[in-house]
Amino acid sequence: MTAVFEFWLVTYKRVWRGSALSTFVLPLLTVLGFGLGVGDYVDGGVGGVPYLDWIVPGLIASTVMQVAMFESTWPVLSNFNWVRTYEGQAATPVRLDDILGGNLAYVVFRALTGAVAFLLVALPFGALHSWWALTVLPVSLLLAFAFAAPVFAYSSSVTSDSYLALLFRFAVIPMSLFAGVFFPVESLPVGLRWLAYASPLWHGVDLSRAATLGAPPEWSIPGHLLYLALWAAGGYAIARVRFKKRLVI
Amino acid sequence: MANTQPLIQARGLVKRFGDFTAVDGIDVDVRPGEAFGFLGPNGAGKSSTMRMIGCVSPPTGGTLRILGKDPTRDGPAIRARLGVCPQLDNLDPELTVQENLTTYARYFGIPRRVARERAAELLDFVQLAERAGSKVEPLSGGMKRRLTIARALVNEPDIVLLDEPTTGLDPQARHLVWERLFRLKQQGVTLVLTTHYMDEAEQLCDRLVVMDGGRIVAEGSPRELIERHSTREVVELRFVAESQEDFAGKLGGLGERLEVLPDRILLYVGAGDTAVADVHARGLAPASVLVRRSSLEDVFLHLTGRTLVD
Repeated sequence: MTAVFEFWLVTYKRVWRGSALSTFVLPLLTVLGFGLGVGDYVDGGVGGVPYLDWIVPGLIASTVMQVAMFESTWPVLSNFNWVRTYEGQAATPVRLDDILGGNLAYVVFRALTGAVAFLLVALPFGALHSWWALTVLPVSLLLAFAFAAPVFAYSSSVTSDSYLALLFRFAVIPMSLFAGVFFPVESLPVGLRWLAYASPLWHGVDLSRAATLGAPPEWSIPGHLLYLALWAAGGYAIARVRFKKRLVI
Repeated sequence: MANTQPLIQARGLVKRFGDFTAVDGIDVDVRPGEAFGFLGPNGAGKSSTMRMIGCVSPPTGGTLRILGKDPTRDGPAIRARLGVCPQLDNLDPELTVQENLTTYARYFGIPRRVARERAAELLDFVQLAERAGSKVEPLSGGMKRRLTIARALVNEPDIVLLDEPTTGLDPQARHLVWERLFRLKQQGVTLVLTTHYMDEAEQLCDRLVVMDGGRIVAEGSPRELIERHSTREVVELRFVAESQEDFAGKLGGLGERLEVLPDRILLYVGAGDTAVADVHARGLAPASVLVRRSSLEDVFLHLTGRTLVD
């Protein structure tokens, strides 16, 4: 698995300059735009916390989701159909779990770099209230896995990339907007709240927010962790079946 | 040599996809150091057979032993000793030529330093040393294919599997690939290849099987196959007429076999010049006459038919 992970790191080395810039610039712009810009109109912050500080953990979780989702969609389709990287790997002693696990590990790594960059950008704004903020990293790791694994399963099942765009339209965008990133889920009508609570993103947001603000989360920590772990494990199991069907035929 | 254990041994090997039988009970023995070819039209089952040998496709029936091991149980151990050059290149276009080799070497657990050394040697071997640092994307088809072959050699394999190694290459590129493969063969590497190019099979293969509809329809060296399934020479006669058929009847008894094509008639004979003289003696005046040696292509078309397979 390390050899596969290593391969992906080498591919990353070729693009990291460009991606590193956007990894830092995008959080900075979001923090400035939403945190300071929109925050200016939010009187008294949210629950006694300045809007900027309240929104940063949500933005971190949402960034983790977006990186994880992106890296698990078009690249996976390409690894099967266009560049056919997996086919090349399958011809070597590397096993199915190495191919899938090594690629997933890389996606999680990429999402983590996004979280780290965001923490660094948020630090000078005083948005991190506690050393607990560091626990955002393991939370992001789990969150990235919880998104990437099921999306690997999805991307390895669809026949054309137009299905991938659907995923962004009907999952990523609604989650970014309504899963507690920009405003508390309690502001939603009761019927819609459950959709937000069911989304993996909300669990990541609540945990991250508890971490950076050094305050207790809205829901139980073990509950959050278990829920995300379920998405990760379930996604991995399905992705493994899909990968096997496509690579061992 | 006759007692040497075969590197690949298949008995009654079957591969089915649902109702479709791609490989229908074939027996194959590939001996160490030989270049073995699977010939056949599209859909004959060549690639399915190669995938089973490459341990990425479990057989549906029969037995298969590669390097004395069972691919369903010892897949990774067998794959560690195979080099695979797939039909379509699956190199990483974003990585450099060298990185494509070194990252691939890591899949075989080869230490980084050794991987770099081996990459340099192999790039020399396939004449890509001066392109080591360039990306793969802008390389020509021939260069990519040579790089794929180099990548297949990175683990110093016992068997190299080549699925249509020169399909889509221009003549210069094909000859360079053949020359490199021939050199590998001289070094004692066992080559297993599929092709539908007869010249490729004649150039490279010590022994080959002709597949059609998932079965083996002939087996032997290129020379043996020609001797067994065709005549020594072929006379190609072209008549200026509405239909070549009109003349076919007048050629009865000449040669062992006669084939009427829309544009010409093929006479399969032992001695071409004698047959031509006989044609003229019967008062026939073909517009053009060509006497040539029988080729593997004649055998192939005879065994697998001229019907187009799409």
